[in-house]
Amino acid sequence: MLLKPKTSSPSTVNPGLHHGLNHSLDIYQKRRSIDRILQVGLWLCAGIAGTISLFIVIFLLQESLPILHRLGLNRFFTDDAWLPSQQRYNLMPMMVGSLLAMAGAMAIATPIGLLSAIFCQYYAPGAIAQAYRRLIELLAGIPSVVYGFWGLVVLVPLIGQIHPPGPSLLAGILILALMIVPTIALTADASLTKVSTSYLQGAQSLSLSRWTTITQIVLPAAKPGIFTGLMLASGRAIGETMAILMVCGNVVQIPDSLFAPMRTLTANIALEMAYATGDHRAVLFVSGLMLMGVVSVVVWGTGVVVDG
Amino acid sequence: MNRRTYLSAFLGFSVSLALHACGAKPDAASSASDDPNQGTVGDGLQGKLVITGSSTVAPLVGELAKAFEADHPEVRIDVQTGGSSRGMADARQGLADIGMVSRALKVEEADLYAFAIARDGISIILHQDNPVNTLSPEQIVEIYTGTITNWSEVGGNDAPITVVNKADGRSTLELFLGFFELDPNNINAQVIIGDNEQGIKTVAGNPDAIGYVSIGAAEFSIGAGESIQLLPMDGIEASTETVQDGSFPLSRDLNLVTTGLPAGLAQSFIDFTQSSDINDVVKAQNFVPIDR
Repeated sequence: MLLKPKTSSPSTVNPGLHHGLNHSLDIYQKRRSIDRILQVGLWLCAGIAGTISLFIVIFLLQESLPILHRLGLNRFFTDDAWLPSQQRYNLMPMMVGSLLAMAGAMAIATPIGLLSAIFCQYYAPGAIAQAYRRLIELLAGIPSVVYGFWGLVVLVPLIGQIHPPGPSLLAGILILALMIVPTIALTADASLTKVSTSYLQGAQSLSLSRWTTITQIVLPAAKPGIFTGLMLASGRAIGETMAILMVCGNVVQIPDSLFAPMRTLTANIALEMAYATGDHRAVLFVSGLMLMGVVSVVVWGTGVVVDG
Repeated sequence: MNRRTYLSAFLGFSVSLALHACGAKPDAASSASDDPNQGTVGDGLQGKLVITGSSTVAPLVGELAKAFEADHPEVRIDVQTGGSSRGMADARQGLADIGMVSRALKVEEADLYAFAIARDGISIILHQDNPVNTLSPEQIVEIYTGTITNWSEVGGNDAPITVVNKADGRSTLELFLGFFELDPNNINAQVIIGDNEQGIKTVAGNPDAIGYVSIGAAEFSIGAGESIQLLPMDGIEASTETVQDGSFPLSRDLNLVTTGLPAGLAQSFIDFTQSSDINDVVKAQNFVPIDR
């Protein structure tokens, strides 16, 4: 009640005159002040989130600018190898590795996630849909290190039997796909739920088939939500570290096949940060900065697609 | 509204990224105590001790520090990593009371006092089912440089060799390369790993893999039923015993270093690390206790 404006206190001006009016005004004021508190709270939360991300960018820049200034950006693309102990800093293979793993995982997970959401919404009987949803939620809650461990002891040896050595781009793609399917399925499911019933009724009255209704009406209507899910998923895929570190082999090279080992930007940081000092440490911050750059492009790209 | 959704999603994501990065951040800029000799004041054990240096030694010293702090509640020990060279530099400049160095001191480093707290040996590991059970140093070099690429060339099955190497900057890698006089440019590896555990799991999951890890870690995993075998080096069995008695060639001392003879709190802590009371902690960290 601290926020109550002075002018809107009629109860003190006309005591007991219009009880009913006063009562409704009180409620009105109460609502207003709750609104104010909520508004301030939201501003605070948004402010904190924004400030943190700004600080992260500033911190990354602060740690990597000196070495970027000294070496120039080009060296990170044109050096002949990644051997920081010998002042050779080519980050290109890791950049390509990150993008390939993400693209591969998205290519597998997007259709699976979308179709499973459509199945849940429009085809599965209620009970099955509900059980299936719980299962996907469970999948979403498994920590990445568990996926990585499973990948290392089950998936990698399997791939190794087909085509040695085993740790490979393919292993990374499969593990990532498994990890992001729940993200895509759950967000798509949620946005399909929000599609207005009147659209469906309209479609039914035109006696459109179920599939036509889904592809021509439901999906376009749910597009913004679905794309947000895809963006979150690609973000998770490119930022994933532990699982990727365990199954990809981490050899610094642009993979020449699905079975070739490779290293991502995140794995590079995690592998070497613990032991890195001086320039080596600084160039790892440059990898972090590049990762941030790639993520920004992905986010911006999704924005363009959705907003047209 | 859509843009906002993306923005907030992006923010959340970048925070999680940063947390990843920060989790691995090795050292806050030196927070050496205001008065490094604080610990020498008074005869009761209290004050703060700053220890910096090798990231190989740091986890062990961290555990030792915890045990020491439990015995002496007035003492705070701050353990920071940053490499052996930082450990020596900090000890020399007085930024740290004690430095951690993961190798024996060189002749030109004789101005420092070294106190070995544990020993570490590394050896080659193969999958248990691999019929090869001995490799000469020459063969190891040829496998790691990619001259030998099939197990049949060294008396094994007809299968391509999966070479497992350590990531750049790891001290185990340096020790291994130094011992075999290998140039990092010439290493031809199919898998690059971070810690010992990952190396053991990788070899255990691949019958055609070859890797090298800390002997303590390998023995522990073999005891726990991992399907790997430790290979002898130069005909000397790779075991805690041969590392302990110094006969195993590929081993090193883990040292604490000080500029002068330690006094006060630093002396008490070093005395503690020189006792056999710490052997269990040393073994728990997969290192080999010094034979005292």
